[in-house]
Amino acid sequence: MSVESSGAKKGTEATGGAGAERPAAAKGSVSAQGAAAAKAGAPAVKLGTYAKNTWCPGCGNFAVLNAIKAVFQDLIAGGTRREDIVVVADIGCSSKIMDYIGVNSFDSLHGRAIPTAVGVKLANPGLTVVVHVGDGGAYAEGLEHLIFAAQRNADITVIVHDNGVYGLTIGQAGPMTPPGYKGRSTPYGSESTPFNPLELLHVAGATWLGRGYTHGIPLLKKLYREAIAHPGFGLVDTLQVCVTFRNMYEEYNERVYELEGHDPRDETAALAKIREWDYASDGPVALGHFLTRERPVFAEGFARYGGAVDVEAAVAEVFAELA
Amino acid sequence: MLIGGKAGDGITEAGAMIAHLMNAIGYRLFRHVEAPSLIRGGHNFVIVRAHRQRISAYRDHVNVLIALNAETIERHEWRLKQRPITVFDSEAIKPSGLPASLHPFRTGIPVKTILEKEEAPPVMRNSAILGAFCRAISIPWEVLEDVITRYQPKKTELNLKVARRGYDLATEKLMVDLPGGAPQPVLGGLEAIGLGLIRGGLKAYASYPMTPATGLLHFLAKQAPRFELKVVQPEGEIAAMLMALGHAYAGERAAVGTSGGGFALMVEGLSMAGQAELPIVVVLGQRPGPSTGLPTYTSQTELEFALTAGQGEFPRAIIAPGEVEQAYAWSTLAMDLAWKYQLPVIVLGDRTLHDSSQSFDVGAVPELPRLRQLDWDGAPLDDEPDLAYQRYLITDDGVSPLAFPGRGGVIVKANSYTHDEYGVTTEDPEMTVRMQEKWLRKGRAMAEELDGLPLVNVYGDPAATRTVVTWGSPVGALREIGELIGVRVVQPVVLWPFPARRLEAALAGSERTVVVEMNATGQFAGLMRRHGLHVDAVVNRYDGRPFGVGELRARVEGALK
Repeated sequence: MSVESSGAKKGTEATGGAGAERPAAAKGSVSAQGAAAAKAGAPAVKLGTYAKNTWCPGCGNFAVLNAIKAVFQDLIAGGTRREDIVVVADIGCSSKIMDYIGVNSFDSLHGRAIPTAVGVKLANPGLTVVVHVGDGGAYAEGLEHLIFAAQRNADITVIVHDNGVYGLTIGQAGPMTPPGYKGRSTPYGSESTPFNPLELLHVAGATWLGRGYTHGIPLLKKLYREAIAHPGFGLVDTLQVCVTFRNMYEEYNERVYELEGHDPRDETAALAKIREWDYASDGPVALGHFLTRERPVFAEGFARYGGAVDVEAAVAEVFAELA
Repeated sequence: MLIGGKAGDGITEAGAMIAHLMNAIGYRLFRHVEAPSLIRGGHNFVIVRAHRQRISAYRDHVNVLIALNAETIERHEWRLKQRPITVFDSEAIKPSGLPASLHPFRTGIPVKTILEKEEAPPVMRNSAILGAFCRAISIPWEVLEDVITRYQPKKTELNLKVARRGYDLATEKLMVDLPGGAPQPVLGGLEAIGLGLIRGGLKAYASYPMTPATGLLHFLAKQAPRFELKVVQPEGEIAAMLMALGHAYAGERAAVGTSGGGFALMVEGLSMAGQAELPIVVVLGQRPGPSTGLPTYTSQTELEFALTAGQGEFPRAIIAPGEVEQAYAWSTLAMDLAWKYQLPVIVLGDRTLHDSSQSFDVGAVPELPRLRQLDWDGAPLDDEPDLAYQRYLITDDGVSPLAFPGRGGVIVKANSYTHDEYGVTTEDPEMTVRMQEKWLRKGRAMAEELDGLPLVNVYGDPAATRTVVTWGSPVGALREIGELIGVRVVQPVVLWPFPARRLEAALAGSERTVVVEMNATGQFAGLMRRHGLHVDAVVNRYDGRPFGVGELRARVEGALK
């Protein structure tokens, strides 16, 4: 191991819950200012780590990493504290991203990054919480959580690394894999047809939906930045190419186009644009920001708790009421 | 006394009112509610036992039977001892249909007629019956008037009129003693657990409804504004567990509550709490299984499940309070323990403890210390916060100092994957071993700390050579039986880490040892044997019903021979 422990335990004892300093609730306000600062040549804070990168050469995850790091750097340049950014990761190739970014991170269970992230955000509304999850975690194992996070408008950003295949377990068909795919678990061709996750989330009540592609970092950065700035649930379905098991670069390059003149506040138009491609057929694939809705965020009331409860006195009150 | 009727008749509420009445005249109470898992139809009943001394069990026999329908008489007639008093609705049950043995001490009132005269809705029938009950055992009208005024804030006037008619139409059958003295708090086990957790710093509770833990969700949701609790009912138990672990990572004390089936769904999260060293309290209410089993009944079948749940090897604690005072004090300790040692702690209760109510005796609350969590006090690094703090610093006792995201100059990385001291993923064999051994040291440090606490109770006659060992809610009945028949009663409250040394001391000199538990396989007896402790026999019950004092006494006496 590259890191030596100091050996001596540093610590003090204290009772009670959180010891964290709570910044005032403010979600990643980007950042005309931040972008300007970056342009003006202020050196961006380095967010790399000592962890060795183990993605395959050419993996689409590099684009996601570079885009999200750049967005975090802009946020920090714009005044967000680096210490207030939290990445919650799922399991799979996508989740390795948390080792590669020098911000707070929590690598959760497969399919369970979203409820973990919701808990983190409820505990400390001042944190900017971004989930990195594959299509297996978001659209198969953890689909229930995704739908309810959207329905409740939990104030988190979900970046789905959607490569339509299980990479780390070496190439099985996943929820976004088109029929006919031959992997080791479907040697004679997979039979199931993908559903459209953005259509599902539109119906579930998501308040910010977009789609990006790992050939196109500027658009990815724009989408990630806007989804994070959005107050409430935001999801960027990122078409991320797995070069080893399902290399879609050529197909996607031919079919993708960026939305122009689309009003994301028009729910009907958003649904039509979302339904244009069904994740299985060869039609054109729209990229960009499909939908924005305004709704109260989940459990806003918690953010108003003042933190000054005399617990012993209040417990005594309850006992008196029960007599 | 027992009150029974159809589900939907408001039997639970009427039972609560009877408890309030007995509390008001100075008795200590135990209230047992039995309700099938349905909303309407079926038979519900509540037994309220009142005593001058603190009690936490019911008796199978009752002195007063309050019947809203004929089925109540048919089902519970066997419970009546000599001079039984029967209070009944004479329009729902024909007096001529009552068994002859009940005739001398019965008093019936025409409930429907009373309601018609007062133009009161059917839901008020219980007020009429309560009036008749008070008259039958000579509780003064003023006491009932106070209780109705206090606990039935809606349509109080009309309820009082209906109750007065019931009171006037019934006849006195018994002069009940009025012990006097101030009413005591009456708590359900879950309320005691909830208040204990709150005292332990609880800030967040995530739970999906499941008997017998639902009451905690209700209680904490209601108390949320007062204590600034973040109470959430998410999409299922998996989400509840993971949300709570998110709170823990961010520095907020959190708990989840469920029963066996929901706990099964939480198990992967429990294992993550082991690997990622996240403090979490799980309130696990036992009910009969396997699978759906008997949803609204009681059991002690999840000890082995709680002990082994979760892949991998990591330390945990299992605490099984048996009475409300224990539930209150040990739930605070459960939270402190989870945060001091950064691991999962399971509070293992059951339907009987959770959903029965008992008078709470402040003098009977165990004295337990507050444990302190270890907060990091290293130097923050503003330029390289990711190198300032090691979430999983390897230490002598295995406990790493805590810091949370949002703290200046510090980056906090938690990980469900095997990791290094900074929380960065690794598959290095040496680091794998160092982390595993860190957890083992942490578990040993916790066991040593617990060993100094009053984690094994002894009741009855401590010098007796005949001993009954039990855990959880049966202790209520056994505490009484121990005194009645002069045997030693041993109750470990902490079941894991297994309190071998302390149990051995509590069992010293025992010539015959019987274990009482509500399961079919003798799970705790098995655990004792695994640790070299001798068990002669197991008295068990697995029909979903709790032990009553009379029946259990006979079985224990038989087993101790």
